[in-house]
Amino acid sequence: MSALIELVRRDLLLAWREGGAVGVALGFYLVVVTLLPLAIGPDLNLLVRIGPGVLWVALLLSALLSLPRMFETDLEDGSLEVLATGPLPLEVVAAAKSLAHWLTTGVPLVVLTPLLGLFLNLGPDACGALVASMVVGTPAVSFIGAVGAALTLRARRGGPLLAFLMLPLFVPTLVFGIEAARGADLASGAFRPSFLILAAVSLAALVLAPLAAAAALRVQLR
Amino acid sequence: MKLVADRLGAIRGGRRVLAGLSFALAAGEALLLTGPNGAGKTTLIRILAGLLQPSEGGVALDGGDGERTLGEQCHYVGHLDAVKASLTVEENAAFWCRFLGGERGRVPGALEAFGLAALRDIPAGLLSAGQRRRLGLARVLLAARPVWLLDEPTVSLDGGAQAALVAVVDRHLEAGGLVLAATHVALPFSRARELALGGAAGAVRAA
Repeated sequence: MSALIELVRRDLLLAWREGGAVGVALGFYLVVVTLLPLAIGPDLNLLVRIGPGVLWVALLLSALLSLPRMFETDLEDGSLEVLATGPLPLEVVAAAKSLAHWLTTGVPLVVLTPLLGLFLNLGPDACGALVASMVVGTPAVSFIGAVGAALTLRARRGGPLLAFLMLPLFVPTLVFGIEAARGADLASGAFRPSFLILAAVSLAALVLAPLAAAAALRVQLR
Repeated sequence: MKLVADRLGAIRGGRRVLAGLSFALAAGEALLLTGPNGAGKTTLIRILAGLLQPSEGGVALDGGDGERTLGEQCHYVGHLDAVKASLTVEENAAFWCRFLGGERGRVPGALEAFGLAALRDIPAGLLSAGQRRRLGLARVLLAARPVWLLDEPTVSLDGGAQAALVAVVDRHLEAGGLVLAATHVALPFSRARELALGGAAGAVRAA
């Protein structure tokens, strides 16, 4: 357990010191969401309608930007091999790296969301539902993304490949995340079911994705 | 404690690099793996570390911890140093110490043994290749593990650092540890045997 905490802490420290990946993700999120209203024009009703979807897609793409680096630096400097001979099973190493990715990318993106919601004329209710759906949904993005990061580890310029490969697996998170975020507006009770399914997707990813990521890492280490 | 390899075989990229390799290494002994490039030295070390699966045969540590895999009882120092450029020398060592389950007090001694004590607070990204290598090697002192697997440990080390490495390894051997080192230079470990791995044909002979 302490080894797991150490690994997460080291990754947080590295993210803080190096900063680049988080900055790029936040910057990309900001740019996409800022440019979109300018492109669409000042139709406030339209912006409210598409707002949650736009923010969710932008968040997913921003998180995708930093995913390829999740295991890459550790592979390049040899840390991954030492981690593999450590006291933790590779499944737990993958889970720790996914958790660190969520804390350093998922959480900052969610924190930035209420501000960007203002750009899209989202009211407090809609924004609250959106943030709630993101808090619950972003762990799935990091954990499922870890599988893609592990699979494309040795591929040159693996980023686009990762996006193609993992796209189908991100669809449930995106669909239920957006449904939950929209539910608050309609006052039709659509929030709860979508939100619960989203939570289920995240919990399933928390358990299953590290198994798949570890299997992929074992192949990559050979 | 005894490390036993039984008729090990390995195929890498369709080419046979190890075949029918058997050896036994007792506690307090070092085994120097020699042989030309591509002879299978790294392959053998990675098999022992649990990073590769042998195609035939197996390895076991008699008298080791039955609860742990062989890889978890080995320190693996490969070609790469597992050093993070943006962490200081001490932070790098402290992380591996805690991650590998060593006692916190081991860090200063390990850095001292490889002459890194004065560089403790500088970012590892500023180290020279030889200094980075010493930091990678210092990992073996950060947690107690019986088997040390060193893959060409002397690369970019100067004379003084090589002597420090030999001293560290000798202390480990005296304490009943086991060491396997792939090397192209003659390392004067106190109780070392040599295992010459074969050439292009992949034949293995014990020397």
